[in-house]
Amino acid sequence: MTQTVIWTVAILTVLGLLLSLLLFWVARKFRVEEDPRIDDIEKTLPGANCGGCGFAGCRAFADAAVKAGNLDANYCPVGGNEVMKRVAAILGCEVKEAPALVAVVRCNGSCANRPRCNIYEGERSCKVKAALYGGDTLCSFGCLGCGDCVAACQFGALSMNEESSLPEVDESKCTACGKCASVCPKRIIELRGKGPRGMREYVSCVNKDKGPVARKACAAACIGCGICVKTCQHSAIRLEDNVAYIDYSKCKLCRECEAVCPTGAIHGVNFPKPLDKEAVKKRIEERKAREKAAAETEKKEVNNG
Amino acid sequence: MAKLTFSIGGIHPADNKLARDCKIETLPLPDTVYVSMAQHLGAPATPVVAVGDSVKAGQVIGEASAFISARVHSPVSGTVKSVAPRKDLAGFSCMHVEIAVEGDEWAEGIDLSPDLVTAIPEDRDFILDRIKACGVVGLGGATFPTHVKLNPPAGKTAECLILNGAECEPFLTSDYRILLERTDEIVVGAAIMQKVLGGCPCVIGIEENKPEAIAAVGLALQRLGYPGIRVETLKKRYPQGGEKQLIDAVMHRQVHSGGLPIDVGAVVQNVATALAVYEAVQKNKPLVTNVLTVTGDCISPEKQHNYLFRIGMPLSWIAGLDGGVPEAAVKIVSGGPMMGKAVANFDAATVKGSSSILYLGESTRRRSESPCIRCGRCADACPMGLEPFLLKKLYAFGDTEALERNAVQDCIECGCCQYSCPAFLPLLDNIRMAKSQIMGIIRARNAKK
Amino acid sequence: MDRLTVSPSPHLHAKASTDRIMLDVVIALTPAIIVSILFYGWSELLVLAVSAVSCVGLEYLIARFLMKRTSRFSGTSALVTGLLLAMNLPATTPWWIVLLGAVFAIAVVKMSFGGLGQNLFNPAIAARVFLLVSFPVAMTDWRMPEGFVGAVDAVSGATPLGLIKEGLKSGHSISEVLSASGLDASSVLRDIGGSAGEVSAIAILLGFCYLLIRKVVKPWIPLSIVGTIALISFVFNAFDPEHFTGVGFNLLTGGVLLGACFMATDYVTSPMSNWGGVVFGVGIGIIVMSIRYFGSYPEGMSFAILIMNCFVPLINRAFHQKKFGRA
Repeated sequence: MTQTVIWTVAILTVLGLLLSLLLFWVARKFRVEEDPRIDDIEKTLPGANCGGCGFAGCRAFADAAVKAGNLDANYCPVGGNEVMKRVAAILGCEVKEAPALVAVVRCNGSCANRPRCNIYEGERSCKVKAALYGGDTLCSFGCLGCGDCVAACQFGALSMNEESSLPEVDESKCTACGKCASVCPKRIIELRGKGPRGMREYVSCVNKDKGPVARKACAAACIGCGICVKTCQHSAIRLEDNVAYIDYSKCKLCRECEAVCPTGAIHGVNFPKPLDKEAVKKRIEERKAREKAAAETEKKEVNNG
Repeated sequence: MAKLTFSIGGIHPADNKLARDCKIETLPLPDTVYVSMAQHLGAPATPVVAVGDSVKAGQVIGEASAFISARVHSPVSGTVKSVAPRKDLAGFSCMHVEIAVEGDEWAEGIDLSPDLVTAIPEDRDFILDRIKACGVVGLGGATFPTHVKLNPPAGKTAECLILNGAECEPFLTSDYRILLERTDEIVVGAAIMQKVLGGCPCVIGIEENKPEAIAAVGLALQRLGYPGIRVETLKKRYPQGGEKQLIDAVMHRQVHSGGLPIDVGAVVQNVATALAVYEAVQKNKPLVTNVLTVTGDCISPEKQHNYLFRIGMPLSWIAGLDGGVPEAAVKIVSGGPMMGKAVANFDAATVKGSSSILYLGESTRRRSESPCIRCGRCADACPMGLEPFLLKKLYAFGDTEALERNAVQDCIECGCCQYSCPAFLPLLDNIRMAKSQIMGIIRARNAKK
Repeated sequence: MDRLTVSPSPHLHAKASTDRIMLDVVIALTPAIIVSILFYGWSELLVLAVSAVSCVGLEYLIARFLMKRTSRFSGTSALVTGLLLAMNLPATTPWWIVLLGAVFAIAVVKMSFGGLGQNLFNPAIAARVFLLVSFPVAMTDWRMPEGFVGAVDAVSGATPLGLIKEGLKSGHSISEVLSASGLDASSVLRDIGGSAGEVSAIAILLGFCYLLIRKVVKPWIPLSIVGTIALISFVFNAFDPEHFTGVGFNLLTGGVLLGACFMATDYVTSPMSNWGGVVFGVGIGIIVMSIRYFGSYPEGMSFAILIMNCFVPLINRAFHQKKFGRA
């Protein structure tokens, strides 16, 4: 009996020692040299593995950044400038500040604005619906309302507004990873500069049809009239294919375009005060009158001179 | 005689050929027609008329813009009102020429007499040019330009021309009616295509549920006496008229994955295309007319029709001739109920390939889905031997490698899987998406090579 | 018609539905149910009712309140499970054991895997095996038929398979056992003591023919099970008839027919391809005969089906549909 116990203990001890030696040897032999900075960067990153940076996940991002030795091709939209600065510190390099972005749904086609003219039946997927036909309204550019973007969002920042059947972005949760924008078959969702204190101005429509057609399909469509383009003092707005587009890097948030838009396609959000359309219009008229007067005086001076 | 059929899968939907005994009626002319420039597979035609031009029926109004493209002709005589985007039946904008109809004057050189011309031109290039100039496209559904299909690439020879008269889709009867009423012309058309393809044998395949058509074609073949053309009876089984299935049935050869029919020596043309070829080559008449069936399970027998229409007629106008859309209609389909497109915009105009206005009642509604019970009926029904339940799952997982391994790219979108699924799962809705994704990946890979 | 409906093709659908399939299975089971009620009387009816009601009720409760499913509830598949479970139990089973079996079948085997279509094992079979190992006495109390048509004396007795197993263990030969118990080969078609579903081969085959005609099941799985059992028992019986039972006896006793026709053909837990089904059936046949000839249990159909259920995913991987245009 005692002998059995002794033998067992002895054999197990020897076996344990041998195996630990083997493990030690294997660990030495097959060790993969890895830059410790990869681990450090990975820990610094948000760890959402959302793919918003263009890499497969946070680890791949860290790997690529360390390999490149700089951050020219890497930017983590989820972490933002804060995280990127820390990553830059680990790598000892510079990082360009990027404006904070947020997903913006550019469609006004709520049930009230855009009457439904047929009923869709089938897999509830925007992708399937978009491949099938122009959609259940007369607008073949707008939101299809099946919520592919909501399903794609890893951060729970998107939700479907039951009443309007349009997706809504929760800005506090949106990390601008761009997943929603890439799955939207109609390319309605755009990542735009968040703007100072979240204030921003955008054209909430992508309808390329001619004015009357677009207007018939949706009461709040951009009809490509170009009034906003003429009004904007900062040349931030351009008109392409019957749709106006505001370049957020040039926009000075004067809200004049929003005031003059005849259909209300231009939206301003997060402004402290609601837009006083009349006041802004008056301001524009006064400015125009002033400019006209100035031009006339100049003309006179030229004539006189 | 042995009935031919394909070797894998297939379903047997009730054939519902409600309009089979309705003779072809010629539609009157509307006040305005809207002729689409995208009536064929490939690049849309370029409009060559301007607002205010007066045009004659049969005159070119859209010129082919690429190798795979086709001419478009004016179906009527009148004045061009506009050349502008208009919504097609799916609600997408595409270029249309709007013509106000004035009289019915045809362009010169078009033989409108009903006489049968049996002498076939000797010159192959002349025939191909005529087919191309008259804008003939395949009328079996894909609207692929016919002159391209009849001109196999170098090194490939046609061993058999198969004329598709299967009309395996339920409800549709337009092919059946032309087989009965335009038999001789179709046979001459077949002989013309046979000539272009170098005199290969030709098989006219017709499903067994159309014995009158089989008999009529048999008699016409005897009467006209062209060598090497025969008629074969096909089993009634969907999708008998699918290109690959038809080749399998007639020639007992399977087109390999990613291959074309010509790889196994086959050229398949629809019987309506044969008629269009006849009119183009023998009569110099461009493809501006075709036959469509107005039918459905929710309309009375006297409202079932087979109409000879001209392209550009709005669907709603045709429906208006018979009192508009029936109250009981839930869905309007253009094409067969298995593969046709649901109409989103009923004001859309007819195109070369229009084959039906099909009113479907409550029976067409999608029923609520339940979980897959792995009964395997979808796999049994798939004529390509795929496993739809698996493909749907793999698509949900986003496993593109496994999708390609399980041959999602071979799917012919016939709808057999979704038809037979007892859980009412939207199998094809998903598989179609998976297919286009995998096709994209395959194309990108081939482009890299 | 107010607004048109638009959907991707196809625009038609076959008449088949999951509910209809399950209903067909219930219809197919009806002859066997009637026969067993006739043989075993009220107690059998009670077992059937408790099992069916508790299975359907449990599935509803779990789906609605535990899994929070809001979609339309359909109890047809749970009804099939309930009926099959009842037909695998002796008519004398107390109601609380039946209830326990239903809980195991629905809650553990079916719903915990995700409900209909997700379960790895056949719920009715798994529950039967669970009860068999938990309550061996109650589960083997096979009373001889004493139902509405019962002319036989009410004797509590073992099944023929059990009798022979015991006899062989104690060193007797088969012929001795048979003559001692008064059984002969002709009785098996009519009335052999056993679980409810086992009593009438004809009723089961009748139901199975209905399923075949309705194209609910394909014959390959049952055929390969029956064929394998027949082949094995023929060979062994020819070799030593005193220790190995014969073909007819093996096919008609125990749960072979019920198992082959109704349990092994369950869509969810059987392979999808025809050849996969054959492999599955042959596997079941081999396991059944191994247990009967060499194991300690007299009957092995349930174990055989459960064991082969495990292999279904592997079989599905190995056997695929023949694809068009691919060598």
